[in-house]
Amino acid sequence: MAQIFHRSTNTISRVSIFGGVAVLLALLAAVAAINRSSYLTEVRVARAQPVQFSHKHHVSDDGIDCRYCHTSVENSSFAGIPSTKICMNCHTQIWADSPILEPVRASFRTGKSLEWTRVHNLPGFVYFDHSIHVSKGVGCSTCHGRVDQMPLMSRANTLYMEWCLECHRAPERFVRPREQVFNMEWQAPEDQLALGQRLVREYRIQKLTSCSVCHR
Amino acid sequence: MADETDKMPAAEEIAPVIEPGYTYASITDKISAIVLTRPTPLLWYVGFGISFVFVLILLFAVTYLLTEGVGIWGINIPVAWGFAIVNFVWWIGIGHAGTLISAILLLLRQKWRNSINRFAEAMTLFAVMCAGLFPLLHLGRPWYFYWLFPYPSTMDIQPQFRSPLVWDVFAVSTYFTVSLLFWYVGLIPDLATLRDRARQRFPRFAYGMLAMGWRGSAIHWHRYETAYLLLAGLATPLVVSVHTVVSFDFAIGLVPGWHSTIFPPYFVAGAIYSGFAMVLTLAIPLRKVYGLEDFITLRHLKNMGEVMLATGLIVAYGYLMEGFMAWYSGNPYERYLMFSRMHGLYRYMFWALLLFNIVIPQALWFLRVRTSPLALFIIAICVNIGMWLERYVIVVVSLARDFMPSAWGTYSGTIWDYAIFIGTIGLFLALMLVFVRLLPMISIFEMRGLLHDEEGAEAARPPEA
Amino acid sequence: MPDKKSYRENSPLDAVREKLGSLSGERYWRGLEELSESEEFELFLGEEFPQGIGAYSDIGRRDFIKFIGASLALAGLSGCGRAAPADEKIVPYVTQPEGWVPGKPLFYATAFTHNGAATGLLVRSHEGRPVKIEGNLAHPDSLGAADAFAQASILTLYDPDRSQVVTNGGAITTWNAFLAALEGEMEGQRLNGGAGLRILTEHVTSPTLADQLRALLTRFPRAKWHQYEPAGRDNAFAGARLAFGEYVDAQYRFSDADVILALDADFLSCGGGRLRWAREIAARRRVRGGKGDMSRLYSVEAAPTTTGAVSDHRLALRPSDIVAFTRALAARLGAGSGGDAKALPTAAATWLDAVARDLESQRGRSLVIAGDYAPVLVHALAHAMNQALGNAGKTVSYTQTVAAEPVDGIASLRELVKDIDAGQVASLIILGGNPVFDAPADIPFERSLPRVAFTVHLGLYDDETSARCRWHLPEAHYLESWSDARASDGTATIVQPLIAPLYSGKTAHEIVAVLLGQSGRSGHEIVRDYWRRQSRGEFETFWRKSLHDGVVDGTAFPAKTVNVRSGAKFESQLPGSSAKSAEPENKEVLEIVFRPDPTIFDGRFANNGWLQELPKPLTKLTWDNAVLVSPKTAERLGFEQKIGTTGGERGRIFVDVAELTYAGVKIRAPVWIAPGHADGAATVLFGYGRTRAGRVGDRVGFNAYLLRRSDAPWQDAGLMLRKTGSQYPLACTQYHHNMEGRELVRSAALEEYRKRPDFARDKEHSNETLYPGVSYESYAWGMAIDTSACIGCNACVIACQAENNIPVVGKTEVTRGREMHWLRIDRYYKGSLDEPETFHQPVPCMHCENAPCEIVCPVGATTHSQEGLNEMAYNRCVGTRYCSNNCPYKVRRFNFLQYADFDTPSFKLLHNPNVTVRSRGVMEKCTYCVQRINAARIDAEKEGRRVRDGEVQTACQAACPAEAIVFGDINDRGSHVAKLKSDLLNYGLLTDLNTRPRTTYLATVRNPNPELKKT
Repeated sequence: MAQIFHRSTNTISRVSIFGGVAVLLALLAAVAAINRSSYLTEVRVARAQPVQFSHKHHVSDDGIDCRYCHTSVENSSFAGIPSTKICMNCHTQIWADSPILEPVRASFRTGKSLEWTRVHNLPGFVYFDHSIHVSKGVGCSTCHGRVDQMPLMSRANTLYMEWCLECHRAPERFVRPREQVFNMEWQAPEDQLALGQRLVREYRIQKLTSCSVCHR
Repeated sequence: MADETDKMPAAEEIAPVIEPGYTYASITDKISAIVLTRPTPLLWYVGFGISFVFVLILLFAVTYLLTEGVGIWGINIPVAWGFAIVNFVWWIGIGHAGTLISAILLLLRQKWRNSINRFAEAMTLFAVMCAGLFPLLHLGRPWYFYWLFPYPSTMDIQPQFRSPLVWDVFAVSTYFTVSLLFWYVGLIPDLATLRDRARQRFPRFAYGMLAMGWRGSAIHWHRYETAYLLLAGLATPLVVSVHTVVSFDFAIGLVPGWHSTIFPPYFVAGAIYSGFAMVLTLAIPLRKVYGLEDFITLRHLKNMGEVMLATGLIVAYGYLMEGFMAWYSGNPYERYLMFSRMHGLYRYMFWALLLFNIVIPQALWFLRVRTSPLALFIIAICVNIGMWLERYVIVVVSLARDFMPSAWGTYSGTIWDYAIFIGTIGLFLALMLVFVRLLPMISIFEMRGLLHDEEGAEAARPPEA
Repeated sequence: MPDKKSYRENSPLDAVREKLGSLSGERYWRGLEELSESEEFELFLGEEFPQGIGAYSDIGRRDFIKFIGASLALAGLSGCGRAAPADEKIVPYVTQPEGWVPGKPLFYATAFTHNGAATGLLVRSHEGRPVKIEGNLAHPDSLGAADAFAQASILTLYDPDRSQVVTNGGAITTWNAFLAALEGEMEGQRLNGGAGLRILTEHVTSPTLADQLRALLTRFPRAKWHQYEPAGRDNAFAGARLAFGEYVDAQYRFSDADVILALDADFLSCGGGRLRWAREIAARRRVRGGKGDMSRLYSVEAAPTTTGAVSDHRLALRPSDIVAFTRALAARLGAGSGGDAKALPTAAATWLDAVARDLESQRGRSLVIAGDYAPVLVHALAHAMNQALGNAGKTVSYTQTVAAEPVDGIASLRELVKDIDAGQVASLIILGGNPVFDAPADIPFERSLPRVAFTVHLGLYDDETSARCRWHLPEAHYLESWSDARASDGTATIVQPLIAPLYSGKTAHEIVAVLLGQSGRSGHEIVRDYWRRQSRGEFETFWRKSLHDGVVDGTAFPAKTVNVRSGAKFESQLPGSSAKSAEPENKEVLEIVFRPDPTIFDGRFANNGWLQELPKPLTKLTWDNAVLVSPKTAERLGFEQKIGTTGGERGRIFVDVAELTYAGVKIRAPVWIAPGHADGAATVLFGYGRTRAGRVGDRVGFNAYLLRRSDAPWQDAGLMLRKTGSQYPLACTQYHHNMEGRELVRSAALEEYRKRPDFARDKEHSNETLYPGVSYESYAWGMAIDTSACIGCNACVIACQAENNIPVVGKTEVTRGREMHWLRIDRYYKGSLDEPETFHQPVPCMHCENAPCEIVCPVGATTHSQEGLNEMAYNRCVGTRYCSNNCPYKVRRFNFLQYADFDTPSFKLLHNPNVTVRSRGVMEKCTYCVQRINAARIDAEKEGRRVRDGEVQTACQAACPAEAIVFGDINDRGSHVAKLKSDLLNYGLLTDLNTRPRTTYLATVRNPNPELKKT
């Protein structure tokens, strides 16, 4: 009787068997990659904001300290978003009538708040406290990156749990002297480990990896 | 069971493993015809119709479950596991016969396995599929099931490998994979036969694809034998391991009635017990409907009856030991549990399971019973029910009466529990029916092989006999 | 002590308030609505589930700034689907208020009035949302504790069923329309001196309100002020007047009492001083290290109560016998005549001898208490006995009453109705209360009400009374109001609002001000004005200090010296003996006892889900009231109860429904068999059977007010109880009351304890192990619970529910054994069911060091912390429920369905922002309030020190009036908890399982009278 399969099918079948395995692995790899791509992590993705606020300008050009606007960063879990009043402290004098700042002035006039889009947004079940990190020598730039070089604000890190754990498992690799916390230019020295271990002892920094430290 | 052959002489009189008067061709015809030429019997349509309705019920129940949550079941605190786990264990247990028959009996060179191993294996696959549904569905948040697998998660945490549930994941999936391969490899020669005998183009193509270019050349046969044997060797430990691991789900826990070292052996025995019961439940109607009495002879039924008797007794010993240990250990919790099993709210279930699993199967001591398809069928059904009740008593009663009297509670399934249970039975039967319709339910080439051996035996026999 | 700020005038929540005000009821409340529907009958499964698969949402914590922003869109809040919403907005202030730090809670002192006296509170507020109520350490009736009612009242604040609009004849109208109408009405009244004007209030304890009302009566000399409260202190007032010829409040000092006799008195859970009394009792009964002595507590009562449960000797008597007993005892102690022990059952007689001897042996150091609901005669005789025993001035002193104008409420209401029927009432202003629902059956208040032309009802809810009144005004919740209130010893507290009225409610002060022609005066002004007149010295400092401390210095009443008139004449002076005895020959006839429900009280808390689902002390029933009878009586009348097959002993109990016939009225009610109840009597709990309570409280239970009569409001004879043959499922969270010999609660008598101080250790198992032990370097948190101090009052359960955002699941789910309380109070009985010895045992998570739950979780969602906590990471949980199966203490709770309410906007304001709101399909359990631990640790670390002992208080510990729960660091040898754990009474639950629980218990020690050997 007539052959239903051409000889070539042998090869095809062999290829497809091994090909199938390869494809499967490739897929898994792809998923892992996408998970960590900025498409999902929003790393270095600037969000539209009501006002084109430039940290670069305010921090590096004007040399304004983080705490001038983020007032509660040292004593509360929440760093604080400046009230319109704080903006207006300066902008009643400087750029008092620049069109870019109209929304700010409008908010001040009408008493209607500005609506910023959250850039560093943790899931609801994560409880992060700025004050304790700051007081234990975790610098702003360690998590938020070189904000002083960001014309438009964007995430510098994934904020994934694996990223948090990098530091929580080995704080000595990241901590810096308290007085350097708000210093954007601060660079980790070559002997960071030595420094880190010293600071860990000094500041009594624990390796807090229990779930309840962040999840309750 | 290794001594089956010594008992054989007695067995020979009852029935050979294949009735005389068959030629290689006739065997092939008879079996392949079921799939290719013979019109599908009306009963098949009826059976498939009914089981398909159950499948629809399953789909509906599962959809509702996913939208509302496991709260639609009867589970509560303290009894946080109910039907889902009972059914899981039950199905997994049933899923044991196939591999046992195929692998262990193969290694033990039991000829009588040949005509039943094919659908026993199929049965195994489908049972494990049904079983596999439950651990997934019983999760509070099933959409996160993949957290039970180790993978490079962005949370940088892995499954908790001390938990028996994680072992389950591996045990069951391995078991399923190996059984599937085993079954498929075994099918290849027959698929080729079907390919060659099929007339229309599509079946030929389909079977052809599955046959993977089997030409029956000597080298093919050689490779086949090696592969099959290897797989058998691979599958054999799994038969023991899977249900051992399943039993750990309970034995690892400290719940009175669970925390017991006897669980692994007695779960395995119970699994084989229920497995064979299910094989009989399927084989007896099938051979009748498809007139396969000549291939699945009384000899097969009798042997399976004997296996059931043996495993049944092991299970009985298990029950006995549970009771004895509860008393002998002097552990107040175990004692109270035993007491409440026998006298508590669920006493009917307990006594019923003793009746179905221990008392009734004792009839198998009698040859007349072992060789009567009807009797065997009834007993098999009883054992199926009994084994389900056993799991129910283990899971529910233990949880309902653990350590803190203040937290004691009771449990009963809701219609959704039942819907999903019968739904899986429907799924199982539907798959089974599709299988007998599309694939040779008896291994053609092995029967041919059998015939060859039988003829050898025939020749050896003295003329006057 | 957290820093307290006084109230900021302009609350940032105006916007929320407007929004909520404008929302229609249907839009929110999906979850609970369905629950409340499912209460009366078993719905088909499909219909009763709250909708939606909510992902984790802790709206409130994350979105608080949204609330603050003036441009608030509640729409944006509804059930956030993703863990981290893609476009979350941050809406900062335009101008940030002074002294407010985003993310930091503030604490305000205020007070909650209940049972005729105020409990001082400290309310935690997050971003302007009151979230958690705690007791005020400085307040005499709180001492830092707060009871279930006070703590649950915060749920009422956010209850979307609260009335939100002014209505006229049911039609929505405006406040101004009402003002116009009222002022017109008052014009008319002024002409005839207010002859037709009647004010109906509950017992008034607010000095300001009393002052206003007095002013009103001077302005309208012919107007009348009536007071009625269904569970008022009428008998106490009448009793005091009978004994002393004037109204006084008795001030008890349990700390000085060695022998205490409670006559029908559940003083541990009712009465203004209940929290302080509980603390004093606990303190006097605390023994440690094999030494110390205890006061002895006797109690005589009909229905089992929390007080009876903890007393050393409890005598269950029918109400009539209690009176006989009191008279006999009084006669015996020379404080009255006409009583002798012959009338009593023999057991009671011997009991009486022993008690009498004991009391006499402790003259001046003993105390006899009559409960608020005990008959007038019992009150009078109790006073007489205290005098005879020389206790007056020592263990009990007398002061003017906390109630500004003590009156017999029932008489007052009767008079009002009489006037109405006589057509003398033109306008009736009802300030609070719900008389249409809770008036005695023989006072036809509801029927007469329509005869009044101008009726106004001020209430939190648009309830039964509102429906019968022409005008209804939404009342401001006390957390929204300016007012003041007095503690049981007279100490005043300024009630300050924590949030501007959500539904633009008004206070009684503001209404009365209108009547006084001062419309438009805010509660703030009125209260300030009153206290300006009271205060000496510089007012602003006085005012700020009073607000800050939560008490007004020097306002406690001075003791009065009063003398009992000869007890002989008491009976003769009584209108009619308030206790008839049941005819012994007719076995069918029982005595009836009326009591307010232990969790929803007189019905005012009917729409409060927390209290509805709170297992009632002793019976452990939820979502229903029942008729309580003793096992013997039940057997005689053929009443039975059997467990359902689902939920069963932790859930559904089927009981017989009885037909109650009393005073010509028939009603049907489920009968509950209460071990320890007096034979030949039945206790009927009133407060249920509301028809206009709201979605939670409507059509729940039966209305016992239909039976209650003004001539016998608390007890009477002549109740017929007949089996109807039908059955009814009750939701009971613990039915099995036998320990099955498992030594879960361990107890001993005082002498035995003195002999063998380590009796509790007998059953302890030393669990040697070959494995190296784990060492906890930093902290090792642990808890010790004193079972002899625990009175089973449920304060801790509600505290836990409030602190940890624990959802309400509704009756149907409770009957399935799925209630979510992280902390349960187990109740066990010892001895015979007729007079059992009762034990309470609060059971939170044990935080085992070898936790069985941890090893079985496949995803590591429950793990062990470096500080020894057994933790639950909800967001990791996949819901296998294996951990719960493997937990020998069964303290884990599972979200079988979507229980948490993500839909109701007002409930989002209620959520504690520091605790994740759990969604469907995850396990949860007690965390030792880890959010508090973390907060304290962070503060300590920032200051570079260790957390101090007592700095972390778990919610349950903070709420406990008896200081039965102690939490702390057991690594710190000096800590309170470490000391307790080293005490000989300390033992663990099920230690034979080698779980090494971090929560341990102190065994119960009781002080029985050697003369009375328990049966």
